[in-house]
Amino acid sequence: MQVKEYKPLIVAFCCNWCSYAGADLAGNNRLNYPADVKIIRVPCSCRVNPMFILRAFQRGADGVIICGCHPGDCHYTSGNYYTRRRMALLFSMLDYLGIERERTRVEWVSAAEGAKFAATMNDFAEKVASLGENKRLEDLRCKK
Amino acid sequence: MHNNSEKQKEQLLRMSGVNPLKCMKCGKCSATCPSYDEMEYHPHQFVYMVESGDIETLRKSDSIYKCLTCFACVDRCPRGVEPAKLIEALRLSVIREKGANHLKAEDIPALIDDDTPQQAVMSAFRKYSK
Amino acid sequence: MQRIGVFVCHCGTNIAGTVDVKAVAEALKSEPGVVISTEYQYMCSQAGQDLIKAAIAEHKLTGIVVCSCSPRMHEATFRKTAAAAGLNPYMVEIANIREQCSWVHKEMTIGTEKAIILGKAAIAKVNLNAPLTPGESPVTKRALVIGGGIAGIQTALDIADAGFPVDIVETKPTIGGKMAQLDKTFPTLDCAACILTPKMVDVAQNENIRIFSYSEVTEVGGFVGNFEVTIKKKARYVKEDLCTGCGLCTEKCPQKKVPNEFNLGMDNRRAIYIPFAQAVPKVATIDPDYCTMLKTGKCGVCSKVCTAKAIDYQAKDEFITEKYGAIVVATGFNPISMDKFDEYAYSQSPDVITSLELERLMNAAGPTGGTLLRPSDREHPHTIVLVQCVGSRCAACAEKGKEYCSKICCMYTAKHAMLIRDKYPDTEVYVFYIDVRTPGKNFDEFYRRAVEEYGVHYVKGMVGKVTPEGKKLKVQASDLIANKQLHIDADLVVLAAAIEPDKSARPLATMLTASMDTNDFFTEAHPKLRPVESPTAGVFLSGACQGPKDIPETVSQAGAAASKVIGLLCKDKLTGNPCVAHSDELMCNGCSTCANVCPYGAISYIDKEFRMPDRTTKIRRVASVNEAVCQGCGACTVACMSGAMDLKGFLNKQIMAEVDAICK
Repeated sequence: MQVKEYKPLIVAFCCNWCSYAGADLAGNNRLNYPADVKIIRVPCSCRVNPMFILRAFQRGADGVIICGCHPGDCHYTSGNYYTRRRMALLFSMLDYLGIERERTRVEWVSAAEGAKFAATMNDFAEKVASLGENKRLEDLRCKK
Repeated sequence: MHNNSEKQKEQLLRMSGVNPLKCMKCGKCSATCPSYDEMEYHPHQFVYMVESGDIETLRKSDSIYKCLTCFACVDRCPRGVEPAKLIEALRLSVIREKGANHLKAEDIPALIDDDTPQQAVMSAFRKYSK
Repeated sequence: MQRIGVFVCHCGTNIAGTVDVKAVAEALKSEPGVVISTEYQYMCSQAGQDLIKAAIAEHKLTGIVVCSCSPRMHEATFRKTAAAAGLNPYMVEIANIREQCSWVHKEMTIGTEKAIILGKAAIAKVNLNAPLTPGESPVTKRALVIGGGIAGIQTALDIADAGFPVDIVETKPTIGGKMAQLDKTFPTLDCAACILTPKMVDVAQNENIRIFSYSEVTEVGGFVGNFEVTIKKKARYVKEDLCTGCGLCTEKCPQKKVPNEFNLGMDNRRAIYIPFAQAVPKVATIDPDYCTMLKTGKCGVCSKVCTAKAIDYQAKDEFITEKYGAIVVATGFNPISMDKFDEYAYSQSPDVITSLELERLMNAAGPTGGTLLRPSDREHPHTIVLVQCVGSRCAACAEKGKEYCSKICCMYTAKHAMLIRDKYPDTEVYVFYIDVRTPGKNFDEFYRRAVEEYGVHYVKGMVGKVTPEGKKLKVQASDLIANKQLHIDADLVVLAAAIEPDKSARPLATMLTASMDTNDFFTEAHPKLRPVESPTAGVFLSGACQGPKDIPETVSQAGAAASKVIGLLCKDKLTGNPCVAHSDELMCNGCSTCANVCPYGAISYIDKEFRMPDRTTKIRRVASVNEAVCQGCGACTVACMSGAMDLKGFLNKQIMAEVDAICK
C-alpha cells in the first residue's frame, strides 16, 4: 500500500548566542537537515515560555526542540539552568497529556557545534516522523 | 585472539570498576608501591597493559600474587584510577578459572614468620580465602 | 496597522540558487500589513540599501523585513539603513533564508516553501514591533582595581596613564602581591624585585592613583558606569599620613615572636611591622593579634619611640563609599594547602617546603639572606628533590587537589633547578615530572638549558612517598622510563604546589554578580573573543583571578583590561540594549519571583501609588527593572506568575505570532 509521505512540523527555539550561531554554522558548512525544522530566535533558552510550546502543539506542531548553550556556558550565566528545570517539568506534564517524550527535547548546542546542530535536527526529525502526526493537543477552535 | 582479549578487558573493567583511560601516566602508583621490587609488572604497567589489551601476559605473571592489596596506589593516585582494584580483578579472574585457590587458608599460618608485615597477612587472607 | 516592506535578497546565487526569490517576494505580498515586496541581487550592497531607503520614503513604511542572511551577520547593517531613512532601527526584522534555508536544503521547491514560511514569521513579528529607544546612563570617570599585585598595579598604571583616576584596594599592608615574594623570574632570570619595585613606586607617585592598602571591598551596588562601592579600611593603628616609614618602631617593639607571613612563617617579625623594605605605602602596621598594648594596655614602646607621633592605639575600622565607572578584579592566587598531602611529609618535616618557600630561601631579602640552607638545621643541602604537579591535575579528590594544570610550575621548577645548580654546583637536583609543559616564548629553550647546561636530573615519574629519617628525607619515587623504583636520600624536598584563586574571590564575585567557574576562577565574557571582560557589564578581569597565569601573561592581560576600562570611561554616556525586560505595573503583584531569577540583580521593588476604581489610592509594591543593568535574557518573563513581565523586542505576543505563522 502506498502511503503519502508524511512531513512533520518541527519548531526549534534557539538561543541567540550559542545555538542560533550553531545553526548558522551548520549552514556555513552546508550540513543538511530536514526543512521541516523552523527556527525561532530567542535571546536565551530561558526566554522560552512553556506557553509557546503549548501554543505550537495546539497549532499542529509535531515536535518542539529547545536549544541553548551548554550548562555553565550560558551568555546570561544561568539561563539554561532555568530552561533545564522548567522543561523537565513541562515535558513530564505533556507526557501525561499524551504528547510523547520523543516529541519534545532540550539540547545544548554551542556556537562551534554546527555538526551537532545538524545531527540533532536530523535525529529529532526522524524520531518525530516515526511517531506520526500529533493530534493530541490540537485546539478545536483553531479548526475552521 | 584479539576478540578474546577484548572480552577479557571488558570483563576486567566491569569487575574492577576501573577506567584505565583516566590514567595520565604519572607513575605515582608505582612510586608508592611497597611491593615494587617483588613485582615483574608494576601497578602503572597493569593499567597500561590492560588498556592496550595485553592481558594474557599479566595473567601468566606472578605479579598478580605479589600485590599486597595495601591500596596505597588507590589512595595516592591523583586521577582516581585505582590500580589495585584492577590487579585484584585480574587475580580473581585467574583464580576463578582455576576452580580453586592454589593455597588453602589453613595453610597460611605456617607460611608466616615474624618479618611478614601485618598488611601482607591481612591481604593474604583476602586473596586466598575466596 | 503597520506598513511593512519586504526585501528579499538573492545573495548572488547563495540564496537564489535554492530559493525562488521572485516567488517568495510574490507570496509575501499578500501578508497582512505588507505594502511592498521586492527582491534584489545584494540587499546589503549600497544599491540594495538605497533601494530600502527609497521604499521607506516612498511607501511611508513603518516596518521592514529583510529576507537574507543571518541576523548575526547583517542585522546591524539594515538597522543602520532604517535609521538613516528615519525609521526606528528596531522596526527591522530579518528572515534568515540563507544559513538556515538555502544553504541547508538542496531542492528548490522545499527551499522556497520554507523561505516563505520564515518570511511570514518575520512579518508576523514586525506587525507587533514597537519602536525602541536605548536608555542612556552617565559614566563615573573613576576606576576601581581590586588587588594590588602585578596585575592590579599594571592595570592601575595603564588606566592612570590615560588620565583617569584609579583606586587600588589591597588587603595586605602593602601592594606588590606574590611577585614581591619571588626571587628571580623565568625565562630571563630577571630579579623580580628589580622589575616590580619601580612599578610600585610609580603607583605611589602617580597623582591619578590612590592606594587603599590594608583595606577590603565590603559592598558593591549600582551597575556599569555607576557602581557604588564601600571599602573598609582596617585599623592599622598607625596614622598613614604621619608615618615616615623610618622603621624605628619595628626595631624597638618587644614582641619579637610573630611569624612573618611575607617569609611564609620561616622567620619572625615584630608586632608592629613593615612587610618588606620596598613596601608601598611604606607605613608601619600594628598586628592586633600580637600587640601587647592593644591586648593588655601595657607597653606603648612604639608610641614612645615614634618621633612623628603616628601611633594611634584608638584607631577604628573606617568605611569609605566611592563611585566608580568600572571595576577591575585582580585578586590573584595562592598556593594550595599542603596539609592533606601526608605522603610528602610536609607537616612532619621542616625540610619539605613549597616552591614559594624556596623562593624566599633563595631571596637575598629572605630569612637566610639568600643562602640556600635547610630550614631544620641551617645546613647546606646537597641532594634536592623537586616534585612537580603536587595537587595539580588531581581529579581524584576535590579536597586534596585541583583538576586543572597550574601552568606555571614547570617553568619555575626549571628555574629553581637551574638557580640551585648555578649557585651550588655540588648539589644534585632531581626533578620529578609527569609532563614538562613549556609553551611560551623561549620557554622550552629555558627548560632544555636546565637539562643540558646545568645537568639537572629530570625523571619522568612521580614521588610516591617521603619519609623523614634522621637528618635525611627518604624519597621513594618511580622512574617510568627506566621502569625502576628510585630511592633517594634527599636533604631538601620542594613541592610545586598547585595554585588556587584567592579565598576573597568567591564573596567578591557574589558582590559583583560576576560569574565563576567550579574552581572559583572568574569566567570571562567569551573565552576567546572577550577574555578580559566578565559577563557582568563594567567588571573586568586581570591576572590569575581568571585562570593560572605567569607574569608576562598577567601583564598583557592587565594592559588589555585597562584598555577596556579606558574605552568605557572615555564615553560620556552609555547606550544600553533596548531589548530589556519591562514590567506592567498594573499586573505586577510584587511577589519577588522575577528578582530571584535575575542573574544581574536588575530588578528592584518600588512602592507605587495606584488610583483605584472607587477613587481611593492604594500603595502597592511593584517590580521595577533597571534598564541599564538588565541584559535582556528573559528569565524573569517566564518566571512571572502574573504575566506582568515581558521582554521588549521579544514580546510574548511576538514570539507567539511567530509560532502561529510557522504552524499555520
